[in-house]
Amino acid sequence: MKSNKITDHLILMVGALFMLIPIWLIFASSTHNPNTIVSEGLQWLPGDNMVAIYDEAWNKSLGFSDAVTAKSMIINSMIMGLGFAFGKIVISMMAAFALVYFRLPYATAWFWLIFVTLLLPLEVRIIPSYEVVAGLGLLNSYTGLILPLIASATATFFFRQFFKTIPDELLEAAQLDNAGPFRFLIDILLPLSKTMIAAIFIIMFVVGWNQYLWPIMMTTDESYNTIVMGIKQVLNNINETSLPRYDYAFAMVILAMLPPILVVVLFQRWFVKGLVESEK
Amino acid sequence: MERRQQFFHSPLPYVFLAPQILIIAVFFVYPAAKAVYLSFMLEDPWGTSSLFVWFENYQILFESAEYLSSIGFTLMFAVVVSFLSLGLALLLAVKADNIIHGQGTYKVTLTWVYAVAPAIAGVIGGFLFNPHIGIFTELFAMIGWEFSFQTDPVDATVALVIVSVWKQVSVNFIYFLAGLQSISYAVKEAATLDCISDSKRFWTITFPLLAPTGFFLLVINLTYSFFETFGVIDTMTNGGPGGGTTSLVYKVYRDGFVGADLGGSSAQSVVLLLLVLTLTFIQFRVVEKRVHY
Amino acid sequence: MLGIKQLVKTYENGHQAVKGVSLEIKKGEFLVLVGPSGCGKSSILRSIAGLESISGGEIHLGGRRVDTEKPALRDIAMVFQNYALYPHMSVYDNLAYGLKNRGVSKPEIQSKIEKVAKTLKIEEYLDRKPAKLSGGQRQRVAMGRAIVRDPQLFLFDEPLSNLDAALRAHMRLEIKKLQRELGVTSVYVTHDQVEAMTLADRIVVLNKGEIEQVGTPAEVYHQPASTFVASFIGSPAMNFIPAVIDEGYLTVGEQQLYLSDYAHLNNETVTLGIRPEHAEILSLSNKTESLSHSPLNLNLQISVVEPLGPNQLVHGKVESTSFIAVTPEMELDQSADLSLVINKENLHIFGKDSKRIPPIKEAVANPISAQEIGDVSTETLSSAIA
Repeated sequence: MKSNKITDHLILMVGALFMLIPIWLIFASSTHNPNTIVSEGLQWLPGDNMVAIYDEAWNKSLGFSDAVTAKSMIINSMIMGLGFAFGKIVISMMAAFALVYFRLPYATAWFWLIFVTLLLPLEVRIIPSYEVVAGLGLLNSYTGLILPLIASATATFFFRQFFKTIPDELLEAAQLDNAGPFRFLIDILLPLSKTMIAAIFIIMFVVGWNQYLWPIMMTTDESYNTIVMGIKQVLNNINETSLPRYDYAFAMVILAMLPPILVVVLFQRWFVKGLVESEK
Repeated sequence: MERRQQFFHSPLPYVFLAPQILIIAVFFVYPAAKAVYLSFMLEDPWGTSSLFVWFENYQILFESAEYLSSIGFTLMFAVVVSFLSLGLALLLAVKADNIIHGQGTYKVTLTWVYAVAPAIAGVIGGFLFNPHIGIFTELFAMIGWEFSFQTDPVDATVALVIVSVWKQVSVNFIYFLAGLQSISYAVKEAATLDCISDSKRFWTITFPLLAPTGFFLLVINLTYSFFETFGVIDTMTNGGPGGGTTSLVYKVYRDGFVGADLGGSSAQSVVLLLLVLTLTFIQFRVVEKRVHY
Repeated sequence: MLGIKQLVKTYENGHQAVKGVSLEIKKGEFLVLVGPSGCGKSSILRSIAGLESISGGEIHLGGRRVDTEKPALRDIAMVFQNYALYPHMSVYDNLAYGLKNRGVSKPEIQSKIEKVAKTLKIEEYLDRKPAKLSGGQRQRVAMGRAIVRDPQLFLFDEPLSNLDAALRAHMRLEIKKLQRELGVTSVYVTHDQVEAMTLADRIVVLNKGEIEQVGTPAEVYHQPASTFVASFIGSPAMNFIPAVIDEGYLTVGEQQLYLSDYAHLNNETVTLGIRPEHAEILSLSNKTESLSHSPLNLNLQISVVEPLGPNQLVHGKVESTSFIAVTPEMELDQSADLSLVINKENLHIFGKDSKRIPPIKEAVANPISAQEIGDVSTETLSSAIA
């Protein structure tokens, strides 16, 4: 039933090319002199400038205040991505643990309260959220960047569902072995959840890294720019000069995309597993 | 499902639950409630006093041509992007499931796009569609289409659609492939004994079994198109030209953050809230019922 | 009816699952392919169905060559191990699917399904989806789907292995009765030798991609062609003890017995095979009978006795080789050796190559098998016949 049909492979290759060509064009063009790009358009073959331009993008700042380079922005994005993923997992696991393994009065009420967050994506509460964060003095801070985003229910439901698949017998055996809730969580539940945690971590890292609207709204201090929001600034800058530094802009784009892509590609199996399992 | 063994310590679960609940209360529930409240208020230009105006903000909203065209744009955009990306992803997933060699490579090359931020996709799109340096302008010129996404709202919409489809195919592909591979191998074999034509087999056996996944993805895609378009629009068209590509979410941002119209933008937020409610309701009721094992 | 010529199946990783198998199956025959996992039985079945492509050989069905045709065109129906019912269709639609695709008219489909549903007693479930059926019900629907197609050949791929023991025994009987009634040629794959013995007209015992023996259940039980077949068929498995035969004298440890049937062997190291059920307790056996037929006497050192109800399994050692005897239920003194007698007819002799050494009557009738024995001098042959 499986086939080696040429048409099947052709279709798949066209699809793959459709995905890859835009990135390739940007990358190849980034290694050229901006004049070439202005006069000839996007390039198909790489040029000579690769080391030079990426060094510049990484270390020098163009159109930002001095300290803001790709390096500093990527560090911010790292903090955002890792902090978001880590924070989300810790909070969600704890909440799911409480919901599943304890006889909680009004458990259903707590459950629905958490569920409600699914109905309240950021876009529905933008302006008031900004005001709250401003009121708490959290504008232009890592806490402000990360904290308001991490309490949405998706990861909690995911862990809750996963915990429910763990056989009761394990809990009973643990109780017979004199393990309290903490011991159970750390010695038994955590190790069993390793692959799931890895999967969610990868997805949440990507989500955190790619945040756009929220960082734009609540950071005015350029030193807190993440690289994804910094791209917008780069765009504005190059449009304002007479000789647009396309090569710089392209290099920044590539740098902004690279870490999440690497994570997704290297950890593909976990990533796909996390996606498919989390939406069931 | 109440046969579950549980711990009985009283204060502990609250300790575990507290962080999430706290953050939810402060950053989710309160702002949302505030948004609903504000939607019923009218602030004076200096922000010093506010007036309770019932549904006046909503009235103004739904009478505004701008808002209505924004609704129209968003709906059309959502439907077109969803169906295009679902169709392409299904095709690719079926083919990927069908071949023997190289499945791993195709999987990698077709799924990595998930990691690209919508904003970045928009930036790339902006470059590719750029009249001076982009490749699409030439391509379209070859078929006689004078493409100018910076001045023509239709062209801008097309560019946005292409970029969004490019982003979405990845996710849909992953789910469709997983769905296809979850169809029991024995069922597929039984079908080869019962049905001669490959295409008939696909439409009578594979497609119906994939339907729950498809439905689920439809809701996800619609949600994406309604809510996550901000990044793409902000980097590619800024809602223009002439407000022609302003989605509902973009308008909320524009009016509220940039335009400081708290009442109006809050009313828009509430409309979005109702939208999410409907979609989530559909997802949990209709989709969950049709899952096959 | 079904002819398989030199079938070879090599998988992509180089593993040769089927190494040149040839079989002829008569119309209406119930053939069972049996063997341990990895023996190639499923590969053969799936190759017949067309679910696997073959690496060599030919398959003919009803006079025409089918190994190059698509599965749906071969006029073959299959019952899968996991039933493979279409989960999104009702039982009725599951049964109708194959017929619909072949252009059978609706009223005809309906009458066929009604008939089959009645025979298999699944009329009540016609509207239900497979998820709402029990294992046994699903199994019957899977069979119904095959029967309703009225094909030239039925294939069964271990259809009973997912059922519990009681249901399995019941369904075994149902399948046998059904096949007799319908008279459709059937090929059945199983790893369970009890199923093979009870269902088959002929059994094919397979090992590592090759045929060990083809025969009726009786042939395979009484005249196993190799130690593999001997140990596979029959439960508990046959006991094997090393022995020597010299000019007809069988020596087992200190016991000696003259076997005129094997007078043609010279100092041959053999494996003696004895089925547990053929080892009788000396004190119980009929003394007069044993005198005239001079049976083999063995001493069993008992280690464990497993009661089974009407009889018991006595485990121990004979001549320092493990041995099991099936005896009627009785108290035994486990400290003393148990004296066993085995009739000459129940002794199986296997050579160094693990293949059965036939008694001389057969050897003369089949000169080819005589060559396999080794030293056969014409003088010993002629003196034995005389």
